[in-house]
Amino acid sequence: MNLTLKVWRQKNPSDKGGFKDYTLSGISSDMSFLEMLDVLNEDLSEKGDDPVHFDHDCREGICGMCSLYINGQPHGPTQTTTCQLHMRSFKDGDTITIEPWRASSFPIIKDLVVDRSSFDRIIQSGGYVSVNTGGVPDANEIPIPKIIADEAFDSATCIGCGACVAACKNASAMLFVSAKISQLALLPQGKVEKRGRAEKMVAQMDDEGFGACTNTGACSAECPKGIDLSNIARMNREYFAASLSTEEH
Amino acid sequence: MSWVSKTLNSTLGKKLIMALTGIFLILFLVVHLAGNLQLILPDDGKSFNVYAETMASNPLIRIVSILNFGFILLHAVYAAILTRHNKKSRPIGYAVSKASENSSWSSRSMGILGTLILIFLLVHLRGFWYELKFGEVPIVTYDGVSYKDTFAIVSAAYQNIFYVIFYVVSMGVLAFHLAHGFSSAFQTLGINHKKYTPFIKKLGLAFAIIVPALFALIPIIMFIQGS
Repeated sequence: MNLTLKVWRQKNPSDKGGFKDYTLSGISSDMSFLEMLDVLNEDLSEKGDDPVHFDHDCREGICGMCSLYINGQPHGPTQTTTCQLHMRSFKDGDTITIEPWRASSFPIIKDLVVDRSSFDRIIQSGGYVSVNTGGVPDANEIPIPKIIADEAFDSATCIGCGACVAACKNASAMLFVSAKISQLALLPQGKVEKRGRAEKMVAQMDDEGFGACTNTGACSAECPKGIDLSNIARMNREYFAASLSTEEH
Repeated sequence: MSWVSKTLNSTLGKKLIMALTGIFLILFLVVHLAGNLQLILPDDGKSFNVYAETMASNPLIRIVSILNFGFILLHAVYAAILTRHNKKSRPIGYAVSKASENSSWSSRSMGILGTLILIFLLVHLRGFWYELKFGEVPIVTYDGVSYKDTFAIVSAAYQNIFYVIFYVVSMGVLAFHLAHGFSSAFQTLGINHKKYTPFIKKLGLAFAIIVPALFALIPIIMFIQGS
């Protein structure tokens, strides 16, 4: 495959940045998108140019490290992570535009690498269970209906990649935050602290400067893990119930 | 900061205000439509005039109408606050965006649709509310009781083809606003359930088509009747 890439290049957080065009030839359709970028970077390195910086880690679609806004969609045209996107999703001769996640809460570090530590701070504000709950309990020791266990598991599949923020027209982090609130609120170990957690995590989310939700559903449609919008509704319920019922004022 | 203002000032709280005022305005549309449909009854406006007089003199309706103005204002002001906040969350946009792949046009255009509805409302209030309140209204008598001839003001306005077109187009805008707004309000309130959400979405779509269509039908019928 022969391709033209339009890649966002930015030296540092304060640099203005701009698109740069690159042409690639002999790309196999079996390559992953990141392997295609590896080929580009090898070319650039051999020429003595600065390679394109992008985030990646496991390359198995489970760590949430890779990002990239590809041809107008986070993680590209298929509903998966960029590392699991393959070049067969593109055609020979295509022009592919690659941009970083765009959000004031995800400042660009270099090229396509953005700082997603705002997500870490949201988790630090309450996305945990405060006490050690011990090892894995015996099966059926704590009865949990299958439907609840499944729902909690679905929420827990969020890998925190930030595609929801990237896809949202408001750069809202509600799908991420609501998935984290949900996974803990649904199960006995996390339920105890669910009210305070919702308040703290929403407050941190707002402090980080993420946008509000317009319920467009873009986040869920683009989420590589298909996190459902019902999580956001649950977060709203938890948050409003918390502010009505907690005794701190 | 008290817990109430803390909650209402959060991004979730601001959306709660949008949802609650939105639902009130949806209910208002139903009542308003029920009243307006009397315009096309074949009684030369008698039932409409009697209805309009009752509405204007009932103290409960007066309170609700003040609330209604307040909620419209609140809905618009909070929309502006949220839009500003959201713009700040993404100061630099994307060069290429395929938003149509992941969301509906109406859901992404609530701000512009709402602004158009606000412009419509201003024209609408100037044309009817202001005229009835401060303008000269002819008097009509039924069974020895005199009423303001509201019907005459309305039917005169709907003889202007541009006015009719403006109304019909505005109702189209309202339809798109409701197509997203109706079900979105429930989601914001935290109502999302496998059993009920598909029904709420269908109901919202039906509401968004039927209510504006009936509203738009009235000026069209009155224009045809008058010419």
